[in-house]
Amino acid sequence: MAPTLDGRPDPEALLARLREGERLASRGQLKIFFGAAPGVGKTFAMLEAARARAREGVEVVVGVVETHGRPETAALLEGLPVLLRRRVEYRGITLEEFDLDAALARKPGLLLVDELAHTNAPGSRHPKRWQDVEELLAAGISVYSTLNVQHLESLNDVVARITGITVRETLPDSVFDQADELELADLSADDLLSRLRLGKVYMPEQAAAAIERFFRKGNLIALREMTLRRAAERVDAQMRGYMQEAGIHSTWAAAERILVCIGPNPDGARLVRAGKRMATGLKCEWSVVHVERPGEPVTPVEREALVANLQLAESLGAGTATLSGLSAAEEILVYARDHNVTKIIVGKPTHPRWRDKLFGSALDQLVRGSGDVDVYAISGDPAGRPRRRRARGARHSPFSEYLRAALIVAVCTALAGLVFRFLSTTDVAMVYLLGVGLVASRYGRGPSVAAALVSIATFDFFFVPPFYTFAVSDVRYLLTFAVMLAIALMISGLTLRIRAQAESARDRERRTATLYGLSRELAAARGRGELVRVVERHLADSVAAQVQVLLPGEGDRVEIPVGTAPAYPIDEKERSVAQWAFDHRRVAGVGSDTLPGAQARWVPMLGSAGIVGVVGVRAAEPRRLQDPALQHLLDTFASQAAVALERVLLAEQAAREQVEAEAERLRTALLSSLSHDMRTPLGAITGAASSLLEETGALAPAARRELIATILEESTRMNRLIGNLLDMIRLESGALQVQKDWQPLEEVVGVALIRLEERLKEHPVEVRLPPDLPLLLMDGLLVEQVFVNLLENAVKYTPAGTPVEISAAAGDGAVVVDVADRGPGFPPGEEARVFDKFYRVAGATTTAGVGLGLTICRGIVTAHGGRIWAENRPGGGAVFHFTLPLAPAPASVPAESPAS
Amino acid sequence: MSDVAPTVLVIEDEPQMRRFLKASLEAHDYRLVEAVTAREGLAQAAGRTPDVILLDLGLPDLDGIELTRRLREWSRVPVIVISARGREQDKIAALDAGADDYLTKPFGLGELLARLRVALRRVAGDGGEPVFAVGDLRVDLGARLVYRRDREVHLTPIEYKLLATLVRHAGKVLTHRQLLKEVWGPNAVEHTHYVRVYLTQLRHKLEDDPSRPRYLLTESGVGYRLKAE
Repeated sequence: MAPTLDGRPDPEALLARLREGERLASRGQLKIFFGAAPGVGKTFAMLEAARARAREGVEVVVGVVETHGRPETAALLEGLPVLLRRRVEYRGITLEEFDLDAALARKPGLLLVDELAHTNAPGSRHPKRWQDVEELLAAGISVYSTLNVQHLESLNDVVARITGITVRETLPDSVFDQADELELADLSADDLLSRLRLGKVYMPEQAAAAIERFFRKGNLIALREMTLRRAAERVDAQMRGYMQEAGIHSTWAAAERILVCIGPNPDGARLVRAGKRMATGLKCEWSVVHVERPGEPVTPVEREALVANLQLAESLGAGTATLSGLSAAEEILVYARDHNVTKIIVGKPTHPRWRDKLFGSALDQLVRGSGDVDVYAISGDPAGRPRRRRARGARHSPFSEYLRAALIVAVCTALAGLVFRFLSTTDVAMVYLLGVGLVASRYGRGPSVAAALVSIATFDFFFVPPFYTFAVSDVRYLLTFAVMLAIALMISGLTLRIRAQAESARDRERRTATLYGLSRELAAARGRGELVRVVERHLADSVAAQVQVLLPGEGDRVEIPVGTAPAYPIDEKERSVAQWAFDHRRVAGVGSDTLPGAQARWVPMLGSAGIVGVVGVRAAEPRRLQDPALQHLLDTFASQAAVALERVLLAEQAAREQVEAEAERLRTALLSSLSHDMRTPLGAITGAASSLLEETGALAPAARRELIATILEESTRMNRLIGNLLDMIRLESGALQVQKDWQPLEEVVGVALIRLEERLKEHPVEVRLPPDLPLLLMDGLLVEQVFVNLLENAVKYTPAGTPVEISAAAGDGAVVVDVADRGPGFPPGEEARVFDKFYRVAGATTTAGVGLGLTICRGIVTAHGGRIWAENRPGGGAVFHFTLPLAPAPASVPAESPAS
Repeated sequence: MSDVAPTVLVIEDEPQMRRFLKASLEAHDYRLVEAVTAREGLAQAAGRTPDVILLDLGLPDLDGIELTRRLREWSRVPVIVISARGREQDKIAALDAGADDYLTKPFGLGELLARLRVALRRVAGDGGEPVFAVGDLRVDLGARLVYRRDREVHLTPIEYKLLATLVRHAGKVLTHRQLLKEVWGPNAVEHTHYVRVYLTQLRHKLEDDPSRPRYLLTESGVGYRLKAE
């Protein structure tokens, strides 16, 4: 990141620093005690510093410290609380490991974790201790740790070359670079050697010889120099950061950018390390790319080496990418231009020179096309390099292809035999050439070469003089043979290449189609259950693995979504891996840094507003999950699914809120209805009853009767009200049970009329039912209630003396019932609203009721599969229509002989 | 009815209801025995030999239906069940278990007195009279003849059998099940629409306005009752 031209600090860089600062505010601080070799006093320095902090009042806890039996170190441990180590059983040996969970649970202010580059026992959460430390830092716990220079990833091979000892436990440089503080524990080579002689340095018996070789003076001086330089580089980087922040002009030229190109072989690691060193030296960004060529599929072994190298690059702080194209040089140059790369590092070619002459050299192409970009060719590791088998050879032609090739040659021979008399020998050669071309264009290299050889043999045997011998009299024919062989090779090579390209295109096409199909189905999915099933099915299809989505439940505990069956059994251990991925929003399980021993790879599903779940993929061959292309596909799937899931969750939430709002509205209406409509009759009853009770004989008999009548009337009204409310609640809560039975409509009408006899006194009711009306399948009690409510409604809203008419007619598949009055009718446009809850016609008196009667009617009719609607009658008044479906097969009643 | 005031056993756990029943029934010359729980009710039924029992279905210790069943093992005393609207299934169960009648809460005193009268009359002269008459309807069970306004009405055998069954239990509620069993036999108890169809036919022959019956009354959701007085 360079300052902009006018010398002001780059705003983006400042922003990045700001974000970094925010991130660090909640993060714990990491301090590394850095030394050149064992015995220089890193642990000692760490403990002294820790004691100083403890005196300041910081809660210091020892997570893990190796004293190696040194008494002065052990003395420093006294008084500091030490976490118990976790015991791990591994192949019959009990190993003691740092207990990460105990540390996280205790959450001290400062934790001491010795030997940052340590490799954890198998089965631990993270393979490396530095990953434990990362988690501690993320949890806000500050950590002191120690590190020797030979453990630094980028210096690993240099150290190995100097000392002759390869260190297996390495620490990514990015961790080292991101440490908040670095303290150098320095000791001169002579002092260290004298300490060694005094027995003050820990030395395990079994490795004595190797260690002796390690502690040679020359080695120590070199290691110390490396240590000091690495520390200085870090200080330099900090200085640069400060200068940038303060807007101080830089003294260096435009930023460099390095691109390392690696192939699918182990020496890529060397290139990567070289790239890192150069990048550190130039203080610039760097990236590592690999070009996949469709014609050259990668074998599983190569794939593994490639993945390892790309992972190494990432751990060293490089960006990585996999490019794909026919020409490696071209792809690299396009990438380099797009990313303002100034230096390209490639491996030195190891193949014989004639191949470059014949087929052209990628390096040559690269150098010629690079323009102002520098190209560095660096030697790989020649010893460890296996001969790369041609990937094409990996595809073995089946036996049947050889058989078919032989058949084609036989046909050619027959054909040649037929035409031989009329044509020259060269023309016969053409027939064979045709056959060889045919074989080459259809089958693999093996059958093509075989066909060419057999063709040459038969051609020679049958058609080249002297006939019926393999001898050749004319040297000219040797050329013919050579051409035939060359053409077979060329055509089959081309065919294979085209086929490989087609396959890779098909592969890409399939992947795109899968993603497209997924997004289309996701858009159409309703409800989270369906959505989860869509994701699982698609992903399982496209990666050929078992897929399980887990969603957060109560307390953000991820679990199998309700209503879906698990794709594979998930025990508590596996679930906890998924939980970790969910909590940390990072990939866990197979092929990741966290709990790689798990059954599945767990990928967080990150939506726009946060994490919505995790998706687990379990393959029969866990190694497959390490493929970067597959991992990329998984990530894409996960994020697509996350967005869709987020949409559904939001919709669900909105629906819930709407239901709640509706319920709230109802509650309010119900409360006001209860408080008003119930209190009015209660007031009348209380008033009348208290007058009667306190009466001293002054009340006229007529007045007494009047009061008593009031009490009776009002209690009847309250009873009706409660009945309506209960019916409404039953309808609303779904507790309404329709018990259908064959019934004559007449009987139901009759019961309603008798129930309302008193109230209908002022209204003549005319009932017109056709005599042939069939029995209806209905719940008599409920339909009776519909009539009661409609009639009560008529009584309420029409003047005394006006008639009410009930009629019915069997129509198409249903009986239509009409209840009509001659009252004022509905205000225009209100006809549909009258069925709404708590609706009352404007201006109606409070005696009218709660406004539930018609809503109940609608509920009951709908429950019967019918429809209810209201209209103004021609000639004045209102009419309610409702339908009751006619059953397809009416009930039968056994016939009987006529009257006795 | 005998000269002695009839005894009514009220099995009801709500004190307000008991107070109302006591005040109004004693004013109409009934003697009242009260029980608050089913257990107490059964003991009183055995010890005080009431003429009629008023039974609330919602008792705290035992289901009213179960109480009726136990009572019927040794007593034929008329039982009138009291229950709220919407509990039709309970009423039917109680009637099928042997209860004689029911009242729906809330009810007026007039209704209660009418039911008590019917129950007591059934005890007094059970099926003794061969001729039944109400309003302008007359049924001669001995001669198997039915008259309306003194003119003979022709009924089919099933219609007659149905009417005769109702007449024999005049004033009492008969559930669909009871009527089906009586008229069509025990195999037909599920076909409630048989009863409904024939009852409609009867109404068209015997009632002035079949949609507003005066004699053949529907007890909605429960069954039918022939008006007795």
